[in-house]
Amino acid sequence: MKSVFLAIGFVAVAVTSLSGMVQAVGEVNLYSYRQPFLIKPMLAQFTMQSGIKVNVVYAKKGMLERIKAEGENTPADAVLTTDVGRLSDMADAGVLAPVKSAKLDAAVPAQYRHPDGLWFAQTTRARILFASKERIKPGEVLSYEDLAAPKMKGRICIRSGKHLYNISLLASMIAHKGEAEAEKWLRGLKANLARKPQGNDRAQARAVYEGVCDIGIANTYYMGKMETNEKKPEQKKWAASVNILFPNQGDRGTHVNISGAAILKFSKNKENAVKLLEYLVSDGAQKIYAEQNFEYPVKVSVPTSPIVKTWGSFKADKINLALVSKHRAQAAKMVDRVGFDQ
Amino acid sequence: MISKNYMQTLKGVSSRILRGDVSLRFAGAAIIDYANRICRQLDGWTFIALLIALLVAVPLLAVLWLAFSPSGDIWSHLASTVLPHYISTSLLLMLGVGVGVSLIGTGTAWLTTTYRFTGCRFFEWALLLPLAVPAYIIAYIYTDVLEYAGPIQGALRDLMGWKNAKDYWFPEIRSLGGAIIMMVLTLYPYVYLLARSSFLEQSTAVLEAGRVLGRGPWRSFFELALPLARPAIVVGVSLALMETLNDFGTVDFFAVQTFTAGIYDVWLNMNNIAGAAQLAIVMMLFVFALIAVERLARKGRRFDSVTGRTSSHRQRLVGWQGFAAFGVCLVPVLLGFIIPALVLLKHAINFYALSFEAGFLTHAWHSLLISSIVALVSVALGLLLAYGVRLSGTNLMKSASRLASIGYAVPGSVLAVGILIPLTSLDHGLDALSKDLFGFGTGLLLSGTMFALVYGYTTRFMALSHGSVEAGLARITPNMEGAARSLGATRGRTLRRIHLPLLRGSMLTAVLIVFVDSMKELPMTMLLRPFNFETLATHAHQYASDELFEEAALGSLAIVLAGIIPVILLSRAIAGSSKESQL
Repeated sequence: MKSVFLAIGFVAVAVTSLSGMVQAVGEVNLYSYRQPFLIKPMLAQFTMQSGIKVNVVYAKKGMLERIKAEGENTPADAVLTTDVGRLSDMADAGVLAPVKSAKLDAAVPAQYRHPDGLWFAQTTRARILFASKERIKPGEVLSYEDLAAPKMKGRICIRSGKHLYNISLLASMIAHKGEAEAEKWLRGLKANLARKPQGNDRAQARAVYEGVCDIGIANTYYMGKMETNEKKPEQKKWAASVNILFPNQGDRGTHVNISGAAILKFSKNKENAVKLLEYLVSDGAQKIYAEQNFEYPVKVSVPTSPIVKTWGSFKADKINLALVSKHRAQAAKMVDRVGFDQ
Repeated sequence: MISKNYMQTLKGVSSRILRGDVSLRFAGAAIIDYANRICRQLDGWTFIALLIALLVAVPLLAVLWLAFSPSGDIWSHLASTVLPHYISTSLLLMLGVGVGVSLIGTGTAWLTTTYRFTGCRFFEWALLLPLAVPAYIIAYIYTDVLEYAGPIQGALRDLMGWKNAKDYWFPEIRSLGGAIIMMVLTLYPYVYLLARSSFLEQSTAVLEAGRVLGRGPWRSFFELALPLARPAIVVGVSLALMETLNDFGTVDFFAVQTFTAGIYDVWLNMNNIAGAAQLAIVMMLFVFALIAVERLARKGRRFDSVTGRTSSHRQRLVGWQGFAAFGVCLVPVLLGFIIPALVLLKHAINFYALSFEAGFLTHAWHSLLISSIVALVSVALGLLLAYGVRLSGTNLMKSASRLASIGYAVPGSVLAVGILIPLTSLDHGLDALSKDLFGFGTGLLLSGTMFALVYGYTTRFMALSHGSVEAGLARITPNMEGAARSLGATRGRTLRRIHLPLLRGSMLTAVLIVFVDSMKELPMTMLLRPFNFETLATHAHQYASDELFEEAALGSLAIVLAGIIPVILLSRAIAGSSKESQL
């Protein structure tokens, strides 16, 4: 019994010493779906410029449930995430606050923010093709639709169909062409896969390099990370073996997704949170996103990194992303029906 | 009698719930009525045990509550598409892991307790080391080594002159078979630990009697030692299987679609937490049934021994036998620990500058602190629970303790939501009360604090602590407490003076595995933690989740290293305690 009381005392001390009741003055509390090491440079600069301290919890699965359960007592002020789907889920759950800010409206193009100001993008990334320099002839593949053509049999690599990025791509296909057409496309794509969907986006470039397949599907910034990887020079070889192809340049444009931020309805430091969001679309922060993460700054006046520039400019799909994300559950079920991951 | 009434009440309430016209007042009255009847039978020990079981069960009940919210038509979609595949994959995975951990865990435990051979002193504790390596980390490592671009296939290609992947066949590591091997390598120590302490505590009288009656080494193992160790082995295997079921990192990386992968898909991609909770409940029921079937199979048998005398005389294996024993013990240690640790070390050195940050030591401190607290708390609670069940012996208590152990089978993130809901509700209640009474709110007192983490971990790892203590208790003959009680000792005194010394090995085992598992814990830490709070596991994860495995190596290596020290210390203590108990 003694050990129990000892343990209880131990816990009590630990709880009081580490619970970190967050002060409301000069702070902003962030729930982040993005990895701390990715956002640290921006947050440090923000604190330096504004004097506002940023506290972070990084989590993925269950973040929305935490926000909902905490309700009006939530200590969090803002949320930082990738993928429009997560932002839409939060908007639908009614946990976000509308923000009116001239700075945000001026910096973020309309299709990359919620119509009522519930969320704002900071960057975009395109879902592109890593095409083998040796084995894909110019003009052979021009669109996502071409990937489902019989001539591509056994030549394509992709990560799990259930990954957020692929669900969003498929949802955009549903939004543009309807469910039946999109399913036909997904079945065609499945039939053309060189291997069961696996690995991450980088692994698809590697598979092309290794001759497993001729085309991989991936997000743009991975190319930048591979091209500049001094610590792992083999990744430079993977990158060097592929060209970036921007699909659907002749019609609707390449599918893009965003990283974005939102302010919570029950935020106690709304002013500071708005300042943080405004900072994230300032030239300084946008430059860090562009240079360090190889993402496309959402603010048009900020240039992309020189590396990203070498991939060429492209036409992005202009469809409203909030609309695309309405088809996500449909897309996830479609992946099941097609047996895409099996 | 009690349990029959209880079942009838429960049936009545549940059928009302199913009909959708549950009358809360009726249910409340029934519960109070039933509680009154129970209370008359309650003493302090039963009450404490019941309370612990309830505390641990609350998050599971919260998941059950979630499952009752509207979920749309998720089952017909799943049943017609991926559900059969999820089920068969999960069953095959469990079958493979179950067989693998039983063979390796029991075999190595038997060898190191019964025989002496070259290196056996080293293997006694080294066989535990793979426990410190998270399964998903080992999965990353072997994928690196075994895939197309890895050193093995590269060497083969150079040797044989193959040009590319289409020229030859090589087993695919990212597969169901690969996942089974990775999980066996990291989970067999559960079985090893429990089987070993069972073999150590087995009375030699039984084995000697067997030998006198003409049993050779194989027959005395299969006919005497193994059946006697069954409760311990079963606990070990069921722990391994529950961890197999709740794993997401490994199967996700290997693109193996298990039931848990399905739970996360329904939750996150279909934005349907009710459906996900329903799937999780089905999985829990399945585990419950599995455990019940096993218990039924050994119903009525007793596994305690009358004499506590154990022997330190071990037969020496020489020649090819000694070599074979050495090999059998070396392979799991080599594959499960030495190779992964060396790979991690290499990456940690190369990527030190990128992954070491100012707060790294603080992260390590957080990991050690919380793991120590949780190890102590959950072993203390596990002991009280197991002892309470032993004292009362009612079916209600037995079911309650089993319910308390099942949280381990639930995927961590789902269980974390189950922690969030009751804790925030309590916080909101306190906040409202304080506003009424004092005019100011208290905000969130418990959720988002260390308390939430400790509560979450304890719920999750109760199966580990309760299971190993329970297995230890089962080996203590009731005659002992009978004697103590008839000499006038209270039940508390009996526990302190009789059971605790005898249980020392089992309790140390429990402390060890809860500590090591807490060091590795990720999904609950991520979701329940306070602001600016990192552990070694979350630090490693931020890199691993961005495809930066090498940068994650430092944190992973620190987890592994932090796990080694208690593994060695406790393994010695366990060996020591078995010697002491002979006295």
